[in-house]
Amino acid sequence: MLDPNFNPAIRVRGLHNRFGAQIVHDGLDMEVQQHEIFGVVGGSGAGKSVLLRSILGLRHPNSGSVEIYGHDVESLAATDRSSLVQSYGVTFQNGALISSLTVAQNIQLPLREYYSLSEKTLDELADMNLLMVGLVPDDGAKFPSQLSGGMIKRAALARALALEPKLLFLDEPTSGLDPISASAFDELLLYLHSQLRLTVVMITHDLDTLFQTCDRVGVIVDGRMITDTLPGLLKNPNPWIQEYFHGPRARAAEMEAAKDTHG
Amino acid sequence: MTDPLALEPDGDGWRLKLFGDWSLAGLPRIEARLNSLPATLHGNLVCDWTEARAPEISPAWALLRRLAETVPPLNVTHVGNPPHFLDLLEKLHVERHAAYSQQPAPTLEKLVGKLGRWSVLQGVHARGVIVFLGRIATVVGQAFYRPRAWRISSLARHIYETGITAIPIVALIAFLISVIVAYLGAQQLSRFGADIFVVDLVTIATLREMGVLLTSVIVAGRSGSAFAAEIGVMQLNEETDALRAMGMNPIELLVVPRVLALVIALPLLTVIADAMGLAGGGLLSLINLHIPLPQFMARLRESLSPTTFWSGLVKAPVFAILIGMVGTYRGMQVRDSARELGRLTTVAVVQSIFMVILADALFAVLFVQINF
Repeated sequence: MLDPNFNPAIRVRGLHNRFGAQIVHDGLDMEVQQHEIFGVVGGSGAGKSVLLRSILGLRHPNSGSVEIYGHDVESLAATDRSSLVQSYGVTFQNGALISSLTVAQNIQLPLREYYSLSEKTLDELADMNLLMVGLVPDDGAKFPSQLSGGMIKRAALARALALEPKLLFLDEPTSGLDPISASAFDELLLYLHSQLRLTVVMITHDLDTLFQTCDRVGVIVDGRMITDTLPGLLKNPNPWIQEYFHGPRARAAEMEAAKDTHG
Repeated sequence: MTDPLALEPDGDGWRLKLFGDWSLAGLPRIEARLNSLPATLHGNLVCDWTEARAPEISPAWALLRRLAETVPPLNVTHVGNPPHFLDLLEKLHVERHAAYSQQPAPTLEKLVGKLGRWSVLQGVHARGVIVFLGRIATVVGQAFYRPRAWRISSLARHIYETGITAIPIVALIAFLISVIVAYLGAQQLSRFGADIFVVDLVTIATLREMGVLLTSVIVAGRSGSAFAAEIGVMQLNEETDALRAMGMNPIELLVVPRVLALVIALPLLTVIADAMGLAGGGLLSLINLHIPLPQFMARLRESLSPTTFWSGLVKAPVFAILIGMVGTYRGMQVRDSARELGRLTTVAVVQSIFMVILADALFAVLFVQINF
């Protein structure tokens, strides 16, 4: 059975992914500890989403192993695979809410699939998950097309939380949001992280989010991952990392983060 | 199986002891027990979490919601190492009360309102069709002054996709249906020794009706659905909005080339279907009725009036316009969701086949009246 306290929560070893002649991952290693918020960054096309898809078992890597809670994702039997999938929540970049279902039905979808619950309880749970991500119960009756970008991200998070996972994968959770909504999302994430004791793996390009929320960050450079805390990465001599963390946008985010911690 | 909860009197109030699996997996059993709690609880209630194993949020929420239902409200306290997230749930619980609004139940008024809305929608819909027709007419009209508006490359692509690639299936089906008609006709006519009239049957049926009708139904299924789905996905991706924002007209770029391509391709497909139908009739006559080909050809010439072929072919462009317009119109209607896309694609096919058959019936009456 899955042990949600197994450490490390995720272990990726020697991951190779290539598309034809194009090599995306060239022996990538990654380790995510319990209860941390782990950021994944990298240039466009560096293979962040491919990494996520490999971890989730949506893509079969060319070689290498992916372990979640000590179980090799590739070699799991179907029943174990099902309980593994139920142990984590995922939000996709554009929400990936089912467009023909209301928000509440989207949240209830995994609950209906795995548990036989009464309609009343399902409605209660939809309300709870909506409230938890800062939406109101009335939003549950809306269809995804009636939501704003920020609400879609929150609704997707509510759906990801529906099965009470201890592990959460977020693909660009703040992309396309205005700075106010994005920082509200950061706060929400930190709050839920502390309240629900979640382990979070987050792909993001948002430097503010990175500085506000992440304990450790993995940078994908040349098909491998360099993992460190933010202060450590700031001193890393790798030219791409220097460029990334010392560009004009990064400096502003750093100053903001410094102000928050000291002020 | 342990009972997930036990209620017992405790001084002047109650003590609710929680047992066993209080994770999400245990919720189905927990919810049944929660519903069987007496509705008359009141006063103080102590919730004892000592024996609850691996408590998770969802069951705890169900418990809080159930305890909040009693009137007058219970005074609940949690003891025995309650889970850390109870504070969060209490907070959400308060927020929910503030945010919740009751949905009014449906009444007669609502039903009348629905009927009214439906009627108005029908009106809006009818106007939409007319506007769509008008837009197409405008684009075609302007195109005579502005040759670029014909979009030749797009037109060629659609002629290829709706016409050329449809040739095998249209030919095969026309051939087979005509063989079937000839075979069944021969069974009946040979009883009167009138075998030779099979030729009349096959040629007239094929040229007047079956060739064009079969082709249209096949094309409606193939291309009508493709038009609706292609344009529908472009609508969902905001591609049509992007075109409009760049000052281009989606009707000119997407709709007119498709409709026009069908107007060109469908008559040509009909000619092929006619030819294959006659070939099928000829082959069956030869094999089954032993009518040699020269005799078949001679009888064929006798049975046809000069207008037989044209009375079938003239319908093809009209059917093409119907199929093309229904498909593209339904595609342009797609909004918001993947379900709409599927629904409207289906509607496009069903409606275009219906329109084709309706138009065919009108043509039949018209041709009899004018003796065509």
